[in-house]
Amino acid sequence: MSIVRDLFTDHTLRTVALGAATLGIVAGALGSFAVLRRQSLLGDATSHAALPGIALAFLVSGSKAPLTLVLGAAVAGWIGTLLVMAVVRTTRVKYDSALGIVLSVFFGVGLVLLTIIQKRADAAQAGLDRFLFGQAASLLERDLITMAALGGIALAATVLLWKEFKLLTFDPDFGASLGFAVRRLDVLLTALLVIAIVVGLQTVGVVLMSAMVVAPGAAARQWTDRLGVMVVLAAAFGALAGVSGALVSSEASRMPTGPTIVLAAGVVVIVSLFLAPRRGLVWRWLADYRNRRRLGAGVALVDLYRLAEQHDTLRHAHEEAAIAATAGARVRHGLEELAERGWAERVDGDAWALTPAGRAEAERRLGGTG
Amino acid sequence: MTAPQLEIQAIAALVAAACALPGVFLVLRRMALISDAISHALLPGIVLAFFLVEDLTSPLLVVGAASTGLVTVLLVELLKRTELVREDAAIGLVFPVLFSIGVILITRFAGDVHLDVDAVLLGELAFAPFDRFVVAGYDVGPSALWLMSGILALNVTFIVLLYKELKLATFDAALATALGLSPALVHYGLMALVSVTAVGAFDAVGSILVVALMIAPPAAAYLLTDRLPVMLGLATLLGVGSALGGYWLAHWLDASIAGSMAGAAGIAFALAFLLAPERGLVSLARRRLRQRWEFAQGALAIHLMQHEGSPEAAEESRIEHLNRHLRWDPDFAARVVRGAQRRGLVARVDGSLALTDRGRAVARELVVR
Repeated sequence: MSIVRDLFTDHTLRTVALGAATLGIVAGALGSFAVLRRQSLLGDATSHAALPGIALAFLVSGSKAPLTLVLGAAVAGWIGTLLVMAVVRTTRVKYDSALGIVLSVFFGVGLVLLTIIQKRADAAQAGLDRFLFGQAASLLERDLITMAALGGIALAATVLLWKEFKLLTFDPDFGASLGFAVRRLDVLLTALLVIAIVVGLQTVGVVLMSAMVVAPGAAARQWTDRLGVMVVLAAAFGALAGVSGALVSSEASRMPTGPTIVLAAGVVVIVSLFLAPRRGLVWRWLADYRNRRRLGAGVALVDLYRLAEQHDTLRHAHEEAAIAATAGARVRHGLEELAERGWAERVDGDAWALTPAGRAEAERRLGGTG
Repeated sequence: MTAPQLEIQAIAALVAAACALPGVFLVLRRMALISDAISHALLPGIVLAFFLVEDLTSPLLVVGAASTGLVTVLLVELLKRTELVREDAAIGLVFPVLFSIGVILITRFAGDVHLDVDAVLLGELAFAPFDRFVVAGYDVGPSALWLMSGILALNVTFIVLLYKELKLATFDAALATALGLSPALVHYGLMALVSVTAVGAFDAVGSILVVALMIAPPAAAYLLTDRLPVMLGLATLLGVGSALGGYWLAHWLDASIAGSMAGAAGIAFALAFLLAPERGLVSLARRRLRQRWEFAQGALAIHLMQHEGSPEAAEESRIEHLNRHLRWDPDFAARVVRGAQRRGLVARVDGSLALTDRGRAVARELVVR
């Protein structure tokens, strides 16, 4: 557990953990809305589109101050998002194509600018590469302050406009009929998503930041049906994935930060998909199994009763195969269920017979039609 | 131009053409982002296959890695079918995780693999001429040239052979099913094609920029034509044009070739977006403007017709009167009158307006309509 102790004593490690937690919380909370509004892939376009903004901000200002680069990223990401919307609104090119074009073309232009910057190579100018796959270890205190301030603004705006965003997410038409400026709210929520994305770029990188928007929200969705709970859970999941991924990558050698954080988020999603109560796959399988067993038990009970009738004796035992001939192949589960309830018992080997309680139950079920 | 430069351009053109063809169907079938998912998710497949065959242009690697693409498609569908997440989230969850695994593999085994993160993002087009394809001791050109020719031939064959099926499944999936064509076969065939093409193109332009060559040229072509064969041809032309233009742009800027190619494809789309003859922004704006004036001139003609021969006709047909009756401000009214005169709808007689025969016909037709 030395890593936990280091967390409190090692200054660098603490900065890394705080930064990763901030990005996870902000991306998780705002990503929840994106997931619910089927805009999961908008984040992908926005984050890729941010790259030329970072490069241009550096080329123009010559500074690597976090606020400058983040502002460049936000402006470019924002322009990319607006372009997607403009193309969809004015032409017949569909949403998916518009996203694909913006993300790949902006990213390509960003790479061109990065290679130009690299060619100028004096040592101080290198280091924008960390925005590709992220580098938690490069986080400094001033980065942390920028991230926390921007993230705080985004979260505060979400809390202030909670009711409006909720309406926008679930029933925008109703919202419009109530007189809310739905279009303006849409633009604002998208702008907050852009902020959430640029906050994480230095840690996770433009290539994979979109996963931090989608994964915590998609995971949190499995555990609850309430928006408030979902947003808080997503923020917690985002922080968990961010911190664990960032710590692993800064402790182990040659573990790029962005991919490690994304893998951690992937694990959270898989666990949620399988284990979340009620919605989760394991729960669903269990419920299916129980249903099938109960149905099988009903069929087997009636079958045993009919067979017993033909032989005039309740205790006449029948081979499982004979029952299966009428009750179907899954008869074994049904018979076991009957035995558990004390309605049938195994007589010898593979033969089964009704108990008196089972006979009573069968007659009750068959009722007057018996 | 040196021989390697020519070879690089030939490879770039082949990559662009091979990408544009399946891209047309992705754009039409609203599956553009599947190409994004596949091209990212291929990475772990490429890395693992590379461990085994150690040659990026080996057909074995192409097939092995391309199967990861199909796995991605299956995973997305599996996830969607649980109904726990929607399709967009399913795509957004699967490919970053697979891509992350690929990047981590490359970073951890950087010493053993002749692949690095730069190659993943930028491709290695500039080095492609160094890897020669040697048959029986004869150097017959760069391996990538042969590989991409093979993939392009595969794409052309697939589209020619299944043209009817692809067309029907794309534009009327229900009818295709009713006629007994299997949409699943067409779908997975197309996905396999996209995967193989993306693996081939990976070498040249890297993981992410494949998307630019697959989507931007077909989307631009989509704005220029309504006919599928024309769209296929235009997309190929625009793709090849972007590749060659991008190459020289990179040469001039001394920057990444793959990035410039994506940028050039973006420029091609932007030009179509602005200037396409019928669907471009400029012609849309011009059409709206023309409609606005034509509407006003029509309103003027109707106004004049309704008062023709009535006692107040003299009053109603004075230009100054228009701003009261039709609520037009004087400048606007003057422009409408000038336009109507130019079209021969009205004539000026001593300061008041009179309909011409043509103007009367237009007004009558508008009223009836």
